[in-house]
Order: sequence, then C-alpha cells, then structure tokens
Amino acid sequence: MSGIYLSSSPHVHSGETTDKVMRAVIYSLLPACAVAIYFFGLPALLILILCTGGCVATEAVCNRLFKSKLSIADGSAALTGILLALNMPPNSPWWLSVLGAVIAIVIGKQVYGGLGYNPFNPALVARVVLLVSFPVHMTSWTTPAPLGSGIDAVTTATPLGEWKTAVMLTGKLPENISAGMGDYFIGNMAGSLGEVSALALLLGAAYLFWKKIISWHVPMTFVLTVVVFGGIFWLVDSSRYPNPLFHLLTGGLVLGAFYMATDMVTSPVTTRGMIIFGFGCGVVTVLIRLFGGYPEGVSFAILLMNAATPLIDRYTRPRVFGTAVEGKS
Amino acid sequence: MAMTKLKTFPGGLHPADNKQWTASRSIEFVPLPDELIIPLSQHIGAPAEVCVEVGALVKKGEIIGKAKGFVSVPVHASTSGEVVAVEPRLHPSGRPLLSVVIKPDGEDDWIDPLPQGDPDKLSADELKDRLRDAGIVGMGGATFPAHVKLSPPEEKPIDTLIINGVECEPYLTADHRLMLEEPERILQGVAILRKILTVDNIYIGIEVNKPDAIALMTEKCAGTDVKVVPLEVKYPQGAEKQLILAITGREVPSGGLPMEVGVVVQNVGTTAAVADAVINGYPLIERVCTVTGSGISEQKNLRIRVGTPLQHLVDFCGGLNGDPAKLIMGGPMMGMTQLSLDVPATRGTSGLLIFGEDDIPLVEQGPCIRCARCVKTCPAHLLPTTIAAYARLEMIDEAEEYCAMDCIECGCCSYSCPSFIPLVQSLRHAKAAILEKRRKI
Repeated sequence: MSGIYLSSSPHVHSGETTDKVMRAVIYSLLPACAVAIYFFGLPALLILILCTGGCVATEAVCNRLFKSKLSIADGSAALTGILLALNMPPNSPWWLSVLGAVIAIVIGKQVYGGLGYNPFNPALVARVVLLVSFPVHMTSWTTPAPLGSGIDAVTTATPLGEWKTAVMLTGKLPENISAGMGDYFIGNMAGSLGEVSALALLLGAAYLFWKKIISWHVPMTFVLTVVVFGGIFWLVDSSRYPNPLFHLLTGGLVLGAFYMATDMVTSPVTTRGMIIFGFGCGVVTVLIRLFGGYPEGVSFAILLMNAATPLIDRYTRPRVFGTAVEGKS
Repeated sequence: MAMTKLKTFPGGLHPADNKQWTASRSIEFVPLPDELIIPLSQHIGAPAEVCVEVGALVKKGEIIGKAKGFVSVPVHASTSGEVVAVEPRLHPSGRPLLSVVIKPDGEDDWIDPLPQGDPDKLSADELKDRLRDAGIVGMGGATFPAHVKLSPPEEKPIDTLIINGVECEPYLTADHRLMLEEPERILQGVAILRKILTVDNIYIGIEVNKPDAIALMTEKCAGTDVKVVPLEVKYPQGAEKQLILAITGREVPSGGLPMEVGVVVQNVGTTAAVADAVINGYPLIERVCTVTGSGISEQKNLRIRVGTPLQHLVDFCGGLNGDPAKLIMGGPMMGMTQLSLDVPATRGTSGLLIFGEDDIPLVEQGPCIRCARCVKTCPAHLLPTTIAAYARLEMIDEAEEYCAMDCIECGCCSYSCPSFIPLVQSLRHAKAAILEKRRKI
C-alpha cells in the first residue's frame, strides 16, 4: 500500500477549471466573430488572427522574459486577443492590431504579474491606448459589405458618431436616427468588428448564462442603467437625445456589458458590488455618450469602474452568517 | 411537495452524491475482528481516563475509560475479552493516542445486569446521566457529548429539537439506511430527547434525495406532532447552523451555539443510540458506517463495533479494488485522510471512503481569477478568496476582521475553485493562527 495521499478535505472537486472557463467565453464569442467576418470580410479575419496570435505570442515572450511558467494554454491570452479584435475598426491597418496585442498583454496584464493580477481589462487598456494614440485609424469606419454581395465598403460614421456630429452641428438628432433598428440588431451597420451584432453577442451571452460562467448582475444592471438613464434624457428632449433602443443596439454596449464588464478579474466578487459596478458603468457610459467628446463611452466607463473595483469590494462585503443578528453586532 | 419551494439555506452547492452505490444496501453486521483498538479519545473534550489493566477480562459494555470532567464521556468495551495492551495506537486524527486493545473471547457477553430503564419513569436529569454513562456523543461526525448539548443554561430556554437526517455528505448512506431500517428506534430516541428538553417543536430534516426515508418517517410520525421536513438537496444542508436556518428561519449568532436561538440538533444515529442507551442499557459501542468508493470491492452499509480496525471492514467488503490512493474517514467534503488501515473506527466514523488514483483531482494550483464561485457558495457568506490571501500572507488581523472564525470548514470554496486554490485549507490556517493570537493576549 505505497503512495497513499494524505490531504485535508475536501477530497473531491467540481471539475471546473480556469481553462474551461476561458474556453467557454471564447466559444461564446464565435458567433460574433462569424458575423464580423460575414459583414467585413477578410480584413476582419486578418484582424482576428493578428490580435489573437499577437496576444498569445506576446504572452509566451513575456513568460520567457519574466521566467514564469508558460501560460498560453490557459486560454486567457487568446481570449484577450479575440476581445481586442472585436474592438477594432474593420479597416484598421495590420500593425495596429499587432501593436494593440502587445499593449494588451504587456501593459494590460503581464506587468502586474499575469492572469488574475491585472486591475484593468487588458483588451480595453489596449483599445483605449490605441484610440488616444491613433485617433484617425481608430475612428474611421466602413459600411458593412457582406461576403458575396458585391457591395464595396465605403467610409462612413458609426450611428453613434452620426448622432454626435449632428447634435454638435445642429443641436438636433440626425434625420434617419431611428431607421434600421433591425439592421442594428443583426449587425448591419458601421462599427468595430464585434460590437455591431447584438444578435450574435446575445446568443453567446445566453450560452455563458447557461454554463453559469457569468451572472446577470453586472450585464443586466449595466444595460438597464443605460436604457433608463439614457431614456430619461430622451423623454426630456427627444429631438436631441436618441431613444433607449438606439443606446442599446448601436455602439459597444452589448459587447461591453456582457463580455468586457463581466471580466471576472477586474470586476467585483460580491453580489452587491457587481450591481454597483454595472450601475456605474451604465451611468458613465451615458454621460460620455451624451456629454463627452467621444461618441462612445463604454470602454472608458468599464475602465473607470475597474479602478473602483477594489473599493467596491471593500464596502460591499456580504453580511456574514450570524452577524448583526438581534442581540449581537 | 413538488409545488412548494423546498426549505434550504443561501449558498452551498451540489456535488455529485454517488450514494447510488450503497443507498439500497441493507445494513450488514460485521463479525468480530481479531483485535479491537478502542481509543480513549473519541469525543470532543477531555479524553477518558483508562480504568483497566493489561490482562483484565472485560465484558461487553464494561467501562474501560472513565469520563474526566463534565465535557467528557466514558469509553466502553465493545465486546467481551481480554485487555492485551493499553498503549498509544494510531488514531484517526493521525497521531498515536492512548488506546485499550481487546482480544475478543468470541462470547460477546454483555455486562450483567444491563442498566435498562423506562424512559417514562426516569427524570430528565436521570436520563441525561444515563446518556453520559452510555458515552453518547454526536454521531454525525462532531462527537460532541450529548448530555452537554442537552444541558443548556437556564437563561437559554430551548423550544425546538431538530433531528438531523440530512446526510449531505456525498457517498454516505449510513443515516439513510438507519432511517429506513430502524425508524422506531429513532422515534424512541426522539421521545427521550423531548422529555429531557421539554420541547414541543420537533422536526426531522431529510433531503429529498431520500424520498423513501421521508415517506417512511412521515408515516411513522403520523398522529404525533413530530414533523418531517423535506429539504432541498444542497451541501452543506446538514451543517448545524444551516439546518436550523432552513427549518426554523432562525440564524445562530456568529460564534454562538444553537441554544442561543432555542434549538438543539441531534443526528438520527445519535437519536437511535439514545434509545438504546436508556431502554436497552446499551452504551455507544456500535454504529452504522458506509464503506464505499471505487477503491473497495463491495460497497456496503455496515453495523460496526467501535474499535474495529479499518482493515477488518475492508476485508469484510471483499478487499481493496486496486491500489488505494486515499483512505478517507467520513465523507469526501469534510472527511479526514488516514495513514493506514490499522486505524480503528470510532464513535464518529460515519464512513470509510476509499479512492483510487482516478478519483483524485490533481491539478496544479493557478492564480485566483476572481470568478466569485467561492463567494457565491460560501454558506457562511464569507469572502474565502480574500481571507485565504490574507492567510497566505500571514495577515492574521485582516483575516480575523474578515470573519475567518465564522468559517464552518465545509469545503465548498475549495470544491468550486477553478484554479484549485486550497481555500478552506488556508482558512483553517487563519483560524488556528487567530486562536493562537488570542491565547497570547
């Protein structure tokens, strides 16, 4: 009877592993990737490959430089790459993707010690660095040109961009603001690779809910806050402010709420904290969209709330069993 | 039942229960082993004081170790025979502890006369004395002396008795079988406990994964005011405080005992032993134990004598199936691994679980990805990952401030951690360090 293990309990495990969690999130993003390739063609595929490959390669190089264990198998670097790609404009130059991948992994993740230690969502760190450093490249959009349709992609603005320009110039909504909600829903509009199709994103999110990878607290609070808060402005002045559905379907809200704000590492662990986090993301998003210099605020909102996460966790500790019961404090 | 929401507590999880191996197997009586190793420490509190010498001939049920103090119980010979050694032997706790070794004479002669009594004629205090003399302790695993639990101070009136038939540990079916095979004994025990506590609210909590036990106990309780409460299947539903919350809605205060909310909880096995002690005069020298796992040839429910070496139980179950990788006394969530099969079963041995290599999750620990699974499942509503991090950094004051002492060590956090971080293990470390610190002050 050689080689029996002595250990303290528990002696069984759920079988859930970090790799499985990361893989499930990657699977959930496949519909959005497919839609991106359908609407934006080979350039979209190239961006996906460059971002994902770039992140994985950078992670491996960092592991080597920092003499840490090779961590590309846990899937987190690949996931960061896919999320970054989905945040890129479809016609951006190839080097922008590569640069973004390096920034995401090095500045967004590895300098803090790798998976689990980064305070900010790595893909969003990269997106925001690129946005402020290369504003022209990061804000030139094209109309979708579905595969095989023979349509040529032409330069245009995102629906949110159109709205912001119109409001700044005329103080009014553009003429066709509510046109094409159906197109917005399936993703037939200008925007970054992954933000366009709410349909594909929600399909993947349903999978994540079903697998219990994410809970409703962050994404639902985020989305509801934007809808309600944005809706209040719309009710006050609907000639100037877009309706809640527009807020919901255009721009990066669905991608941000279900895939970026739910990043476990950078969001609170407490239930109340998750709700506060989602609420904060929603409020900041609406404020930036309606009153900020940028047409879109989801990325900034999430990063700002990432910074608040440790504080939120600290002040939203759950009531421990048996504490604050009558007669005890 | 299907329409109403089942009672339970917030938090917890659903491990694979693996009870199918033994749930339908009747309890079998294990023949006498060649030698019985009876540790003097089989309960929480002061170990019993040995009162026999090597060479003495003892009868079944004879006291071989006397209780030492109030929180202590005597230890009895579980068969008749000769005391062949009084020496430290390997104990389930992992250390050698003083034990009385008896070589059975094969006669299995009881002491004469047995201290049989009529529960109706004995007073509450006499009943409690009887339970102490019979060595009755909590048989769910905690082995806390029953007479102490049944003696709350006057300022803590008890109005509710809960009989714990939950058996939420995976694999184990000992309590389940006991409820199916000896419901009358359990109810006799309930009547005695009721008399001692003078309570009117009596509940028997059973998880709905034992519908046959719920049906039978409900049938047997018909016409009485004992209520069988079906509970949601969720680990750790059988943990005392979680069970009290599920059934009564009362929350035992942090650091407090169930008596603070007027409740006493006893396990079904303990309750049956109470009946035996008072009515038949039998001390606690036997119990039901599930021997199971992939590492044993035949999984069984056994009636075992206290002091039986685990090897004897394994032999009775057809021997080992392949090389064992882990020997676990108790269930897989809270049981203790054993060094060897030479260790004896004690009053707290609800199961012997033998794992093969394939049953053991051996995955390298990764970083915390803050997935919050431990937070969601913690039945004490702690932040296990945060406390564990403090414990690893020896930040004991911070661990204490985050209520580490409220951890019930159920293991839900470690079970659910996708990064295989030994969370409950770190919490145990924190708890020990906090106690150490408090002692120094």
